[in-house]
Order: sequence, then structure tokens, then C-alpha cells
Amino acid sequence: MTTGPVDASAVLEARGITKVFPGARALDDVSMVVRAGVVHALVGENGAGKSTLIKVLTGVYPPDGGHLLHHQQEVSFANPRAAQDAGISTIYQEVNLVPQQNAARNIYLGREPRTRLGLIDFGRMHRDATAVLQGLSIDVDVRAPIGSLGLGAQQMVSVARAVSLSAGVVIMDEPTSSLEAREVETLFRLIERLRSAGTAIIYVSHRLEELYRICEDVTVLRDGRVVRSGRLAELPRTQLVAAMLGRELLDEKARQHEAPGQDVAAAPPTLSAQGLSRRSVLQDVDVDVRAGEVVGLGGLLGAGRSETVKAILGGQPIDHGTVQIEGKRIRTGSPAAAIRAGIALLPEDRKLEGILPHLSVRDNIVLAALPGLSRAGVVSDQAVDAVVDRFIKALNIKAFGPGQKVGTLSGGNQQKVLLARWLCLHPKVLMLDEPTRGIDVGAKAEVRRLIDELAEGGLAVLLVSSDTEELVEGSHRIVVLREGAVVTELRGDQVTEKALVHAIAGAPHEQPAAAGE
Amino acid sequence: MSDTATAPRQPTVPTWKQAAAMSRDKGVYLALILLVGYNLLFTSNWATVGNLKLQLVIVAPIVIVALGMALAIGTGGIDLSVGAVMAISAALAGSFLNAGVPAVPAVLLVLACGALVGALNGGLVAVVNVQPIVATLAVLVGGRGLAQLIATDQSLSVDDAIFLRLGSASLLGVRMPIYAGVVPALLVTFIVLRTTFGRRVVAVGDNPIASYLSGLPVRRTLITVYIVSAVLASWAGLVVTAYTTSSDPRTNGLLYELYAITAVVVGGTPLQGGRVRILGTIAGALVMQTIVSTLNFHNIPDSVSRMVTAAIIVVAVYVQRPRAGS
Repeated sequence: MTTGPVDASAVLEARGITKVFPGARALDDVSMVVRAGVVHALVGENGAGKSTLIKVLTGVYPPDGGHLLHHQQEVSFANPRAAQDAGISTIYQEVNLVPQQNAARNIYLGREPRTRLGLIDFGRMHRDATAVLQGLSIDVDVRAPIGSLGLGAQQMVSVARAVSLSAGVVIMDEPTSSLEAREVETLFRLIERLRSAGTAIIYVSHRLEELYRICEDVTVLRDGRVVRSGRLAELPRTQLVAAMLGRELLDEKARQHEAPGQDVAAAPPTLSAQGLSRRSVLQDVDVDVRAGEVVGLGGLLGAGRSETVKAILGGQPIDHGTVQIEGKRIRTGSPAAAIRAGIALLPEDRKLEGILPHLSVRDNIVLAALPGLSRAGVVSDQAVDAVVDRFIKALNIKAFGPGQKVGTLSGGNQQKVLLARWLCLHPKVLMLDEPTRGIDVGAKAEVRRLIDELAEGGLAVLLVSSDTEELVEGSHRIVVLREGAVVTELRGDQVTEKALVHAIAGAPHEQPAAAGE
Repeated sequence: MSDTATAPRQPTVPTWKQAAAMSRDKGVYLALILLVGYNLLFTSNWATVGNLKLQLVIVAPIVIVALGMALAIGTGGIDLSVGAVMAISAALAGSFLNAGVPAVPAVLLVLACGALVGALNGGLVAVVNVQPIVATLAVLVGGRGLAQLIATDQSLSVDDAIFLRLGSASLLGVRMPIYAGVVPALLVTFIVLRTTFGRRVVAVGDNPIASYLSGLPVRRTLITVYIVSAVLASWAGLVVTAYTTSSDPRTNGLLYELYAITAVVVGGTPLQGGRVRILGTIAGALVMQTIVSTLNFHNIPDSVSRMVTAAIIVVAVYVQRPRAGS
């Protein structure tokens, strides 16, 4: 597939855009042509550079190299306001409206119609806002505070705001991630209206069904580079997913993992989560993990993998569902109860959910284990030091000493500190959410080897990873999620990258053997 | 939390950065030494036993309140209600004692009532999720009103002999209010350095989400901290009542929340939480009191001394400000 030819309908064009951050090349020679009256899918996994590209297109970041063309004229936006004035507007994933103000105020925020005295002309603002909303067939009371409307209606107001800016280009960053099915339909009708009126739309989403339904063009980013671009209809789902994940589908990789012994496969599960459900997040997710087994959770970003492991820990609220440890039902919604029952979770976001940056390596390691290392509420320094020394050695944590602040360690060593925090509790179930993300190659190998050893030692391991190779090589079975629901489970010979990519893509032929593209 | 030494990366001459870090960690002690040294040399009649005792008696209730404040700030919160709690405590003590309740049960009752106010603060913060500054501001405003209501808006003189010993008796030549400050200081130091609760306070302050996902009882920790702070404030209110031999809800504890916050901040506890420095807090309270007394001895008007205090707070907060990568 080739980059689309330069044609007159190109509204916005990026040519060889490069953006460098300290230590990382976020965008490398990225080109993209956005055409009038076309919905353009922009896809890629975490860290692929989508957000950076959007920020360059909307004047948030100046590019370090390359050119931006607006209606074939080279432009450079000094700030977001300049891009907005040029008719490029953005609708973010999280609705960013002022909740206490009404729809009219939000639509005209910062550019309210004025009376001759310089005061806000409320009458005109309300009339204009009503006209804009009616023009888009949006049924919202312009006088109601935004906060009192549903998320769907709020999203519609965001779109109305974008449209009333007379935007030639509308960028939608995962606009449906918090919407109900019915609201999604309304949004799609709106997109269709905009498109047929000649607006160019950049549509960012991980929901493949949506992309194939409404998008005509596609640009796939990976590691800051364009890996595929062209007409979406000409790119089969499996190949789209393979491009996003950076996988070749040509050769079948042999699994390096021995299946667990017969006794393990027949044993009752250590962890059994049944029917985990949360409105618009999880739908009846079932996961079983046996002692000595590594079960992978596969899926694209937003498929519900992190939400599943968090729900099992109790850190993500659920509407219903049960979690059992060795046949005993535990209280859901309480991390403390889950941890007491033997569940541990290495969270996805190390900084936000894992480390205590200003506390020492020692305090971070024993954080969850303190009750067991103290008597009558008084901490035994001896017991703490023994545990800390053991795990610093066992996991090869590189720090000046146990007193070093965790915030000053490298990512890999922070991850090991967090692993130590859980391992010193001797858990029965270890859940790892992207355990090797953002850590260097050496530490990656160490962490992977450690996971294998832990499973061999009888731990039940639930592994979440966006790295399909890591998932396939590390897991005995893989449960594949899409849009919050389990779509399939790969076992035995099915555990291959090819089958996994097919399952994630939701391609019509899910049998790995029959899946030749 | 104990201060942990980080190994230096390069053994070079101290840079501006290191000097700044040094002033952040040890500055309060240096300031205290300089102030005391200055007074020993240049302020006549300052270094007398009588004056030093007086200064310590005055600073004791501030230290007591600041201990609780340090814990609240350590969790990333703040407790603005402490001054009002002192007033409530004074009003209750006056009422109980004048109604003939013996000193010891009266004191225990007052502390229990303080705990109730603390539970209210903690509940608002941990359960209702009101921002600490707002939750405790409500009590700051309403609490003193409640105190005046309890005391029927008058200052009651207190004459229970046993109770008054808390303000005037001496043991081994040291006045009781000083003991009343030293004992809780030792207790809180022990709690912070040696107990699981102390570790939880700083953990919650450093990263509440990670603490929750690690199974820590975040809510219980927060509620306990606000109860401890209010009980300490009640205790300080009792000490002031005993020392002044009167229960005056209009003046008891007035502006003590600010004195306490100043002591904590000057003492090196960062306002964003994750760290508690008890010794620094005590030194902070001593520094502030010494500055005020120094200016007094040199006949500098109170108005000026307030502005000097303000300037010191600004400097302390500036030195403490969060910086990238620290």
C-alpha cells in the first residue's frame, strides 16, 4: 500500500514530521494526508505516537522536523489557538467541558457573542447554540448545566463546539470509549453528517468494528513511524492488528513453553473469577488459573485486560461477578481482602499505582507485608531487614542501598522492587499487568525468567502484555478479550502469535490452521 | 520517617543543588543554633533560667498541636480545626470543672470529646472525600462558635487545685507544661519511627492509590490521624487553660493552626505529604518562638515581628517546594 497521492481534497497534510523528546524519538518521518469528506483512522498501540502526532497537528507541540500543510499551504501553528483558528479542532477522550456551565456557554467558551457594552449577549448565544445543535439533530437543552447531562450528550456538545468553530478538520480521540451503544450510534450519525458536509475527520480508536464501519483511510503508527497507510477496506483486520503490534504473520513460531503436567491441568483452579461485569467496561469475564500455570490475557488497548486484573484485586468496582481462591469465595471490591486471600497485582502504571517515590526501597518492599513483620503494631527492624536483604539479592535489585528513594531508581529496578513487595507476601496468585513495559532489555529478560520460575514453583500467574511474543512465549493458555468480553481462549497448539493476532483482530476465521490471508 | 542518606553520585565540591538540599534537611537546626547563639551573645537577660523556662512553657502547646499537624500534613492533608478544638476543650474543661467534676475524669472527658471532633474531620476527609482543607475549615469556623455556646460566651475562671497543677506545678525544677509537651512528642516520635501506623501515614501521603492497591487501610489511617490530631489539640487546650487559670473560648487556641503549620513547614515536612519530621517540627516551633522573643527583647514592635514571621514562612515554603525528579 502506498501513501495516497497528493490531491486537491487534502485538507491537512503532515510531511515527514519528526518530534524528539529527551531520550525518545516520538515521531520519526511521519506523513499523513487527511482528505475533505473522509474519515481517517489513526491507529497504534500505547506509545506508538498517536497523541504526539495529534498534538503536532493541533499546535500543542512544534515539530522538530517536517512540514504541515493546510489546504496545500505550509503552516506552522504557534499554539493550539492558532490551529483552532485555522479550523482544526479536537474532541478528547475525556470530555473536557466546564461541568457547571450550560451547553451554550460551553459551545461558545472563550468566544462568547458580545453586546455593544462588551457584556455577554446571552440571548444571542442561546439562540445560536440552539441553532447549532438543531443543525446536527442533537436534542440537548442549551440552558442545562453540562454536568447534569449524560456522557453521550456531553460528547455531542463537544462535537457541536468543534463544528461551531467552523472546523474543516475534526480530530476525535477515542470518542466512544465512555459511551453506551445507543450514544455511539448517535455519534456515528453525526460523523456521517459532518463527513458528507465535507469535513475531514481524524478518528482515533482501538475498536476495530468502529474503524471498519466509519473510516475510509487509515494510518497505522508503531514506535513513532508510519507502518501502514492507505484505504482501510483494502487492509484485512488481521493485517491491521499485525501492523499495530509489529508482528509478521508469515512463519508460525513454535512455542517454547512446555504445557503444564497432567496433574496441573486437572487440578482445581487456584484463582477462579466468574462473570466479572461492569457497565461498558467488562461483560461476564471468566478466568481460571491453576497453580503452576501462566495464563495470558490478550487483547488490544481498552479491551478490558487491566480492568479484569484490577477487578480481581478489588481495585476496579464491578456490578457483579465472583472471585474464588482455592474454592473459597472472597469479598470483591477490597484490595485488602484480596491480598489477604493470596492475590497480588503488579499494576500497569508503575508511577501512579505502584511505587511510593519518596520512600526508600526498604519501605516500598515491605509496604504490604508490614503487619506480618511487626508485633502489636511495632515494626521489627530485624525482620524487615532480613526480608529486604533477601529480596534485593534474589531479584538483583540495583540500588545504593535499601535506604535509596525508589523514585530515583531505573524503571526496571522499580519494577523489581514492586515484585519484591508482592513476593514477600508469598501469594498464591500473581497478576502481572505489562510487567516489562518501559524497562530495559536486560531487566526484561530477568523479569520474564523470574515469571517462569515463579510458575514452576507453584504460583498461579495471570499475565497481561501487549507484547504478543512475550504473551505467547510466557503463557500456557491465553484468554483473549475484546471490548470487555472474552472472545476466545487459546490452548495447547493454538498458543501461537498468529492465532493470537487473529483472535485479537476478531477475523472471521479464528482457527489458526485455516487462517491464511 | 527517618532521613535516609543517599550515596553521592560524584564526590565533588558541594553544588548549589546539594547546598539547597542540605538547607532543606538541616536548615531548621542551623537556624535554631544561630538564633540561640545570637541571643547568648547579644541579647541581655535572654539567657536566664527564668526566661528560658518561660519560652518553653509558651512553646509547649504549639509543639503539642504541631505534632498532630505534622501527621495530618504527612498524609498529604492538613488540619485547620486545631485552634477551634483547643477552644472547645477549654470551654468543656471550664464547664466540667465548675460543675464539680473531678480533674482527672474531666480531662479524660475533654479528650474524648476532642476525639469525636477528630472522627468528624476524618470521616469528612476519608469517607465523604471532602478535601482536608475544606473539611477542617468548616470545623475551624464552627468549632469556636460551639465553644462559645458551651461556655455561654464567657470566660470562666478555673480553680480546681489538682487541674491547675497541669499549668503551674514543677517536677525536678521543670514546669509541668513542658512535660505536657515532651511526653506526647516522645510518643509521636515512636509512632512515626517504629510502628506500622507510622509507616502507613507516610505511605498514604506519598501515594494513596498505590497504598490502597497494596491493601493498606487508607481510610482507617486517615481517620486515625485526624483523631490523634484533635486529641492532641484538646490536650494543648487543657494545658493553656491550666496555665492561664481560665477557660476563655474566644482566645484559647486562637491562630494556633497557623503556628502549628508554620512549625511543621519550617521544620522540613513537605506540604504535599509523604514525609513526617517530628524533631524538625519541634525545632521549627522553637525557631519561631525564639524569633518572636528575640524581637521582643530588642523592643521591636509586634507588628514588625509578625512580618518577620511571615517572611520566614515564605522562605521555608520556598525551600520546601516540590521539584522535578526529587
